[in-house]
Amino acid sequence: MLRTWRQRLTITDIFIWVIGLTIAGVAILGTISTLQQGQYSARVWLDLSIKGLALGGVYALIAMGYTMVYGILKMINFAHSEVFMSGPFTTVFVAQGLAKSGFLDRQPVIGLAIILLVSAGVSTLIAILLERIAYRPLRNAPRLVPLITAIGASFFLLYVFRGLYGSGSFGYPAIHALQQSWTFAGIQIYKAQVAVIVGAVVMMLILFGMVQWTKIGKAMRAVSEDKEVAELMGINVDRIIVFTFGVGGASAGAAGVLYILLFPVVNFYMGFFPGIKAFTAAVLGGIGNVPGAFLGAIILGLLESVGPNLFLTGLGVPSPSQLKDAIAFIVLVLILIFRPTGILGERISRGKA
Amino acid sequence: MFKRLSFVISAIAVLGMVLTACGPKAEAYTCTDPIGCVKIGPTDPIHIAYLLVVAGPNTALGTDSRNGVEIAIADGGGKILGHDVKFDGEDGGCSADGGQAAGTKLAADPTIIAVIGTSCSSEARAAEPLLSAAGFVTMSSSNTAPDLTDPTNPNHYAGYFRTAHNDKIQGAVAADFAYNFLGIRKAATIHDGSLYADKLQGVFADNFTQLGGTITLQTSVTIGQTDMSSVLASIATGSPELIYFPIFLPEGAFLIQQAKTTPGLENVKLMGADGLYSPDVMNTAGAAVEGFMVSSPLVQGAAYDAFVVKYQAKFGSLPINIFHAHAYDGYNIIKAAIEKVAVQQADGTLYIPRQALRDAVAATKDFQGLTGVLACNVDGDCANPTIGAYEYHEGVYPPTLIWPTEYIK
Repeated sequence: MLRTWRQRLTITDIFIWVIGLTIAGVAILGTISTLQQGQYSARVWLDLSIKGLALGGVYALIAMGYTMVYGILKMINFAHSEVFMSGPFTTVFVAQGLAKSGFLDRQPVIGLAIILLVSAGVSTLIAILLERIAYRPLRNAPRLVPLITAIGASFFLLYVFRGLYGSGSFGYPAIHALQQSWTFAGIQIYKAQVAVIVGAVVMMLILFGMVQWTKIGKAMRAVSEDKEVAELMGINVDRIIVFTFGVGGASAGAAGVLYILLFPVVNFYMGFFPGIKAFTAAVLGGIGNVPGAFLGAIILGLLESVGPNLFLTGLGVPSPSQLKDAIAFIVLVLILIFRPTGILGERISRGKA
Repeated sequence: MFKRLSFVISAIAVLGMVLTACGPKAEAYTCTDPIGCVKIGPTDPIHIAYLLVVAGPNTALGTDSRNGVEIAIADGGGKILGHDVKFDGEDGGCSADGGQAAGTKLAADPTIIAVIGTSCSSEARAAEPLLSAAGFVTMSSSNTAPDLTDPTNPNHYAGYFRTAHNDKIQGAVAADFAYNFLGIRKAATIHDGSLYADKLQGVFADNFTQLGGTITLQTSVTIGQTDMSSVLASIATGSPELIYFPIFLPEGAFLIQQAKTTPGLENVKLMGADGLYSPDVMNTAGAAVEGFMVSSPLVQGAAYDAFVVKYQAKFGSLPINIFHAHAYDGYNIIKAAIEKVAVQQADGTLYIPRQALRDAVAATKDFQGLTGVLACNVDGDCANPTIGAYEYHEGVYPPTLIWPTEYIK
């Protein structure tokens, strides 16, 4: 046993393991020395963790679009970050109208529901149009073709929205009902953060339940398993693919609303970074895997929020917050070294239809 | 047949050359300028270009400057020395790579005499080597980084001038305001890695320390960052009374929104600089903008009031940013210098020697501008600034002047 293992071991493997272990060692050293310095109180770590959880919830919902489309078409939908942007960017005008008329303050729940519906609706529409116009004609083309098309579609959507609403930033009106906070044992928890975490978890449960226990969910899993056989079984593959894009779009639009509860500024390039992070989260958890994407996103959100101060302060790195993206991607590299299929493993169709 | 035709054409061509040589000789101008001259034909326009941020999140900054120049051109009747003024340009995006791209395009156009720009100091750092090598005069209305006019610094280039204040002044005034007027003793600073923000926070920190204050932390964020929680958490450990972040949008708006929800920073005062004097700060930061302060140049006077009336008539709104008057003055300084050095021929042809133009701009003295009585020096500083401190209130633009108190109307 040991011998076969030794035979299979290559120089590359050793090299990669050394890199991985070095990075992990640096992180552990940094953590220990940060905690020894005791610069940050437990209250700060808790506060950062809550913010990280909220951020992770948003990433999780965006990641749904990537992971479900990848599961079915084996294609990375790079335009998904623009699908995410389209919802909240369009809805900012609805929200400003609601705030001006005072409706948002009088009926915050109904107001938020309207914002959520409009945002999810716009994103769904964009996602379905994208599938119809950009991807369906290329369904049987070589794998690289839809990938390049996705990048092109991403730029197209980006500049369409820039043309529609301009290149400036718009602020969402304050939702006063969500600005209050509760204090538990000295820790301030803002209602907006709670709303984001709860909202993300509820939507994840709905999505997971739909994929696992409904008829259409079963059909989706069947298509993702084997398209040809699914078609023979009487499943309308085109319809299922459109539905998948639609669900991905809707959850991206909903993620957009949660995102603006945390960062209430929208502009035409707002989708880029959350999109990349969500894609990272999907890979981290195991692409094609719905609970995996959720887990990956939460880990990523926490790492980004807590990581810079925890790993780097103790090492004496100046302005660690600038390196939060680096931390997120290094963790991705680590996971891919030690577990190439992601934390919960890939679930993708065998072979492309 | 073909042979014969080509013979006839050649014969005509040779004849033409002989005739031209024998014709009456015009008094030709020989250019002796070390970096060359621009020849402008009798009906050609004088080409002034801009390199400003006129797209993206900081559009207001560059568009406002461009508006100022357009009013200045209109005030001059659209002409310099009887030639029409051609005014066009490139967007520099308020970034180094944007400045590089726009600078490359402009430097390739030999008809350009002067460039109004850049908007941001980072743009200048990338574009200035190109524009300077092309022989242009550059006149910035809003670059404030000290490097650009420091002759010992590699970011200083010949032909660069600015009507905007030097941040050596703005940073010192901001420190004075924070220490003496607000009574702040502990402050932290944040920059975004841009030339402007990095230098300005440094000047602020030096002056604040000299006055007797303590800087608890000098840190930075990245451009494009939305989640500021970790940087704010590190700032909170020093429990400063003021956070000074002379950066831009949208990062500035995210800091304004997230600072007050960070444990330990509930009562901290927030202050930025002229990069965050924009209606978009109020639009994007929402309710959190209440009490946010910025330092910014203070322009007052009857001439300025008349300018604002013209601005409103032409563009339908009050000035959207702060450097319109600086751009107006910048254009007029260039115009005066061109009128001084241009050599006019009898047929209306104009020669503008480039080095002489630079010297003439540098020699500007007692120039009656909207922003004060201006004088330029060879290093490039033309400004005579008064800096004020302003405070934002929710839904109100422009922010209210709160200091120096003697200027409050």
